[in-house]
Amino acid sequence: MELSGHLLSVVIFFPALGALALLFLRGDDALWIRRLAFVVSVAEFLLSLIMLRGVAIGAHGYSLVEYKPWINSPPINYHLGVDGISLFLVILTTFLTPLCVMASWKGIHHRIKEFHVMLLLLEVGIIGVFLSLDLFLFFLFWEVMLIPMAFLIGIWGHDRRIYAAVKFFIYTMFGSAFMLIGILWLYNLTTSLDLPTIQAYLQSNPAALSHRTEMLLFLSFFLAFAIKVPLFPLHTWLPDAHVEAPTAGSIILAGVLLKMGTYGMIRFCLPLFPDAAHRAAPAVAVLAIIGIIYGALVALVQPNLKKLVAYSSVSHLGFVVLGIFTFNAISMQGAVYQMLAHGISTGALFFLTGIIFDRRHTYEISEYGGLSTPMPKYAAFFLFVALASMGLPMLNGFVGEFLILLGTYQVHWTWASWAALGVILSACYLLWAYQRVFFGEVTHTKNKELPDTDSRELWGLLAFAVVILWMGIGSPFFTHRIAAPVDTVIEQTKPHFAEEAARPAARPAVRSTSVVFDGRVVSR
Amino acid sequence: MVPQAADIVRVLPEIIWCVFGVLLMLLQPYVKNRQVLTFFGMLGAALGTLSTFLGHMGSGFSGLIQFDIFSLFFHWLLGLVAFLVILAADSYLERENLPAAEFFALILFATAGMGVLASAQELLTAFIGLEMSSIASYVLAGYRRDSVKSSESAVKYFLLGSFATAFFLYGIALVYGATGSTNLVRIADADPGSNLLRLGLALILVGLGFKVAAAPFQVWTPDVYEGAPTPVTALFAAGPKAATFALLLRIFTTIHAATEFWFWAFWILAVVTMFVGNLGAIVQTSVKRMLAYSSIAHAGYTLVAFAAVRFLSTNSEIGPWPAYAAVLFYLLGYSLVKVGAFTIVSEIGGQGERHLTMDDFAGLGTRQPFAAAAMTVFLLSLLGMPITAGFFGKFYVFKAAIGSKLIWLAVLMTINSVIAAYYYLRVIVVMYMREHKGEMPADTALSLSPTAAMVVVVAVAATIYLGLFPNHILGIVLSQNLFASR
Repeated sequence: MELSGHLLSVVIFFPALGALALLFLRGDDALWIRRLAFVVSVAEFLLSLIMLRGVAIGAHGYSLVEYKPWINSPPINYHLGVDGISLFLVILTTFLTPLCVMASWKGIHHRIKEFHVMLLLLEVGIIGVFLSLDLFLFFLFWEVMLIPMAFLIGIWGHDRRIYAAVKFFIYTMFGSAFMLIGILWLYNLTTSLDLPTIQAYLQSNPAALSHRTEMLLFLSFFLAFAIKVPLFPLHTWLPDAHVEAPTAGSIILAGVLLKMGTYGMIRFCLPLFPDAAHRAAPAVAVLAIIGIIYGALVALVQPNLKKLVAYSSVSHLGFVVLGIFTFNAISMQGAVYQMLAHGISTGALFFLTGIIFDRRHTYEISEYGGLSTPMPKYAAFFLFVALASMGLPMLNGFVGEFLILLGTYQVHWTWASWAALGVILSACYLLWAYQRVFFGEVTHTKNKELPDTDSRELWGLLAFAVVILWMGIGSPFFTHRIAAPVDTVIEQTKPHFAEEAARPAARPAVRSTSVVFDGRVVSR
Repeated sequence: MVPQAADIVRVLPEIIWCVFGVLLMLLQPYVKNRQVLTFFGMLGAALGTLSTFLGHMGSGFSGLIQFDIFSLFFHWLLGLVAFLVILAADSYLERENLPAAEFFALILFATAGMGVLASAQELLTAFIGLEMSSIASYVLAGYRRDSVKSSESAVKYFLLGSFATAFFLYGIALVYGATGSTNLVRIADADPGSNLLRLGLALILVGLGFKVAAAPFQVWTPDVYEGAPTPVTALFAAGPKAATFALLLRIFTTIHAATEFWFWAFWILAVVTMFVGNLGAIVQTSVKRMLAYSSIAHAGYTLVAFAAVRFLSTNSEIGPWPAYAAVLFYLLGYSLVKVGAFTIVSEIGGQGERHLTMDDFAGLGTRQPFAAAAMTVFLLSLLGMPITAGFFGKFYVFKAAIGSKLIWLAVLMTINSVIAAYYYLRVIVVMYMREHKGEMPADTALSLSPTAAMVVVVAVAATIYLGLFPNHILGIVLSQNLFASR
């Protein structure tokens, strides 16, 4: 392929070009700004689909690699590459961005141009994070992405937007500052900032890091990722950021930004520091399970619909972290799948809450009730998405949760049983909220005349619904591509101490079963 | 010994700066047009800087000064700062109706003094440089005579500065007593265990610590920075600080006794300075004062790289070059950003510097999009966000610190960066996320003056250039013969 030489760079920086083009439009020309932003983001989506051709099914390692020396000392390279895991996360990002533009069509009234510029710049940062293979480059995109996101929350958010934006920024920066120390420390030990090089070096020199050093390094990376996920008890920025963000901000935040944390764990924490990851796994799993149950319980009692969805993210991301830290091919495939599924269904839920907010300017559940009478189409879509989010079979949420629970069960059945509680609770809070919002009599007179979804909203919802259904029944399309890189990660994450032969017991046995129940087989 | 032509050429920048300073003062009665004077001042700054190309590397005046890549780098930095400050001051002087010629002359004199500091290889020469820059600075601080704050600033700076200079001088005397020389190279050979030498070095550190605003010698900084005319504050934050750090680094690396003895001093000074600067900045309501505290904090970050020098020079095969590079790169990025940021503060301040509070910056994003965007770039650079000079500078300091196993220092610096995020972010938040309350004062300018805009554009471009393509500068600051004598 000719394009392949620079395809990843094009995918990363095309939205920046779009943002630049937007700057040339007149600020009050709202319609054309929206149209241009929409066209750019759709074009970006199509561009990112080309990457599908570049990543062969079953390919180990990175495809479409770009490598160019950038800074001489320390040696920092512009090193990009994509594998099955990052491929779909990038496509998820590019898929959600046009929907964000659609979701903001009515909700954003002031500084429209700046809003869309920020949205596109945010897309640049996020895609850059997923495609970077150099630690410095990764960190650069990771930090740069913060600024447009903080602006999106802080300028176009709701009443407590500034508090939420600052909290989000400082929380994330706190974590990433320690990650920078970790990166430099690692550089100091390995004299490289290039991820594959470091990986190869650490694989061949297991003694390069002492146990203590490895654990500290692991923690310095893990903290940054755990804040982003967010893992209990570091989640407190999330409800604020979600509730105060404009709809588009919430969609991107829940849909993609949180996945940067779990992606980081898969890409960096596990393969670089396998021993430390194994030693930390029980603690992480406990936090993840607490997150699953705590998030669900708090969601259950939320009077605010958007906050409910936000806490459901804490719960769902707990599943993902659990799936990652069981070090099992099936559960890790499930984790990756759940990342994608959650991105779509939670994105859709925020899109939906945005629709009623545009009409009534409140998220309070008590302000609604009986909405299925004035808004039948809306109610139908909401139900569909809610069912997907709670993991109904044939819809996208099921595959990921099932794989995670299946994989986890093989390793620690207790972990799996606690986590399964979260599945039940998610049905409770979503269905209960659905009942309160949509069923019964219309209690507020204002709600009687609410217009149903217009064609723009309908198209957006349709796009979500199609993907939800497709991911539910066509999962092999995704798992085929995810399987090989996941196997690579599992292979890299084999702890060194297990090879020291002293421990023949539980873990090796578990890995052998995981080969039998390989994810590809299961999902077929 | 009679100075030779080569010696003269090695101080040519200082000579040109001084000559242009004198010429400006002579021109004042004849030239009424301020812009001509501005141009003349800028010409002087630029010619002095360019004249560094004529000099040959080596020591001059029998070892009094040392002209090497290190001093070349600082001459460039100081010349650039002087050039930008003169350009930025043009509209300020017009607004405040202040005489221009003396102002520019003083800036050039101060710059010449700093140039001497950067290349001094002998303590008394350094003292002369310090005095040249300080005395011009005292006058500049009080340049707005009719303003109480400005006069207060000058008096404070003068009184405390004299004390600091006395410490410095006393330190030199003790060092001379211990070693029989004031030449750094000769002191270097002296017995590092001598208590008298240590006491002398301690006093020198106090004197220079004052000039770089390292806590606990920082008390004067906020008041002086706040009271001085804003372009002068820009100069203070960038020029003298960089020059004094240059001298400090030269002493620190040349004298082995200092390398050992000052290590813990730098460790502690760095930590205290970072915390004092950042915690002080959080509670400020005036942007100018906040930036003053932030420059204290940044002195602390620079000292972290200083602390890294010892380990790298004794315990590793790479040598101390990464630490030197960190200091130099950091100071370059920091100086440019501070000049740019204070230029914007000066323009927003309006006549009489009345609009310096956070509230005056409210809604700047809609009123003056260009100024707000540039200010955002500067603040993000101070905060250390990627693709700015500040990030790469901080990255390098971190790298040096971690390379010398100063993990705790790096962690403390990290915590400070996060604290700093809060107050830098607050200005950005105010500019973009709050509306201006009440009526806009009639005298507020709707946009930056052309000269100030030029300074801001240069500073923004340099900030982003250094953040994206640091290779060129790194090639210079990582040079193995930074100090040519060794």
